[in-house]
Amino acid sequence: MIPRRTAHERVIGPGVVPHGVDPEHDALYRGRTARGTVTDEVLRGVRGRPFTIDGKAREKAPATRTQTPYVTGTSALGLKYAGGVLLATDTLACYGSTKRYKSVERVKRVNDKCAIAFTGELSDFAYVCDLLEELTTEDFCEDDGTTRDAEEIYQYLTRVMYNRRSKFDPLWNSFVVAGYDAKGEAFCGTVGMIGTHYADDHVAAGFGNHIARPIFREFYKPDLTEEEAVEIMKSALYACVMRDKQMMNKFQIAKVTKEGVSIGEPFAVPTEWGYEKFYNPTKFSPGGW
Amino acid sequence: MFDAREDALAGARQHANWSPYDNNGGTVLAVAGESYVICAGDTRMSSGYNILTRKFEKIDKMSGKTLMASAGFAADAVTLKKTLKARCKQYEFQNKREIGCVAFAQMLSNTLYYRRFFPYYAFNIVAGLDAEGKGAVFTYDAVGSYERTNYSCQGSGQALIMPVLDNQLKTVSPLVLPAASSATPLSEQEAIDLIKDCFATAAERDIYTGDSVELWIMNAEGVRKEEMALRAD
Repeated sequence: MIPRRTAHERVIGPGVVPHGVDPEHDALYRGRTARGTVTDEVLRGVRGRPFTIDGKAREKAPATRTQTPYVTGTSALGLKYAGGVLLATDTLACYGSTKRYKSVERVKRVNDKCAIAFTGELSDFAYVCDLLEELTTEDFCEDDGTTRDAEEIYQYLTRVMYNRRSKFDPLWNSFVVAGYDAKGEAFCGTVGMIGTHYADDHVAAGFGNHIARPIFREFYKPDLTEEEAVEIMKSALYACVMRDKQMMNKFQIAKVTKEGVSIGEPFAVPTEWGYEKFYNPTKFSPGGW
Repeated sequence: MFDAREDALAGARQHANWSPYDNNGGTVLAVAGESYVICAGDTRMSSGYNILTRKFEKIDKMSGKTLMASAGFAADAVTLKKTLKARCKQYEFQNKREIGCVAFAQMLSNTLYYRRFFPYYAFNIVAGLDAEGKGAVFTYDAVGSYERTNYSCQGSGQALIMPVLDNQLKTVSPLVLPAASSATPLSEQEAIDLIKDCFATAAERDIYTGDSVELWIMNAEGVRKEEMALRAD
């Protein structure tokens, strides 16, 4: 027996419109055939029309939208230094709490002046990448020797995110935008799921807001060299991977400088899990045993 | 048949439902004098217990004689200002002059009420110089009710600052005859000092107010800015 596939959605199952959804279609198969009488009882669970969207059922069904994310990336970090801006993420996309895709590049080069990193839903990010790709093509076709700078990309993303939240159909992402603005100064900003946005010397989207930002606040100064900035970034990533269960010890740091965007090779940071406190977290706590 | 399954799904939902709104906090304040107006706001932007940034400016110049300050949901406030700035430009092209602060105040009210059933979650103050060059302050609620006053405070520190302003700036009732000016009697410098004290005080108790306060001072000479550091904790 071929098992019947279960529909995940009431209108379109995976490949099948189930029996009972389209009465007109069902009526065609009801009645006497060469193999005997076909009743609704017999049909239930066997007949289905493959790969068709049933318009009538679509009208009856309530509108559905992304109300929960499925495949998600966690923190994205951004840090300015004297010669440019750094972006950092890990390379993990989780399915709930499953570490599902372990080599996902969560940074995108938009053009020579701008790169973005994301947190949240992977497929929504792919959609945003399409939008940005369209912009880049437009820029190229205009052939006027200018490209949109990082602040323009940031403002554009803000409008996209805000418009979608206003339609009650949000894109489940936040972004870190890094690069150069129109004046040729380094730019580092973030855009949230409902359009909240700000630019600062260092930013973090997602859980990194709690864990990486305090480190940035303590060590940031405007005249950081690239080496110092990378060191700070690595210690922030270390802190994140130790405390964020959705973070993996495989990171990428991208930098945007006057020369353009370069996305680094994945690397790991040395971690230490052998602390006494990790084996026995309540040992020295008051009231613990 | 589907309802039962949907109920089961609803019970199994693991994520918090999203909200199209956030409160990013912040306090804004304005004081009108006989020939000046001061608009002030702190520069902290928060979300829950997080400080997102310490240099988020809440005040914008909308036209030559109009300033606007907003607290509340930052994305709404920025969008609102962006829309209004575009309208100010259109006004200029159509009328060959900049929009005045009284007309702008009415436009803001209309814009807010237009969104009565999906409001901009922003608490605004408009400050400017009217046609006679007198200071004017307009204070709003989120859905467009507004009033011309001499001083006002909105946002997370409102409850801490407003009573102080009431006490320090109360003036002659507009009902009294013969009519007397209801502008604040303070000099420009006295008003600046009072505003700085107000923000320093609010920052002591309100976690959403702090980092620094910017003051935009507008008079016949033009607009100038002052800044003072506040508690950063």
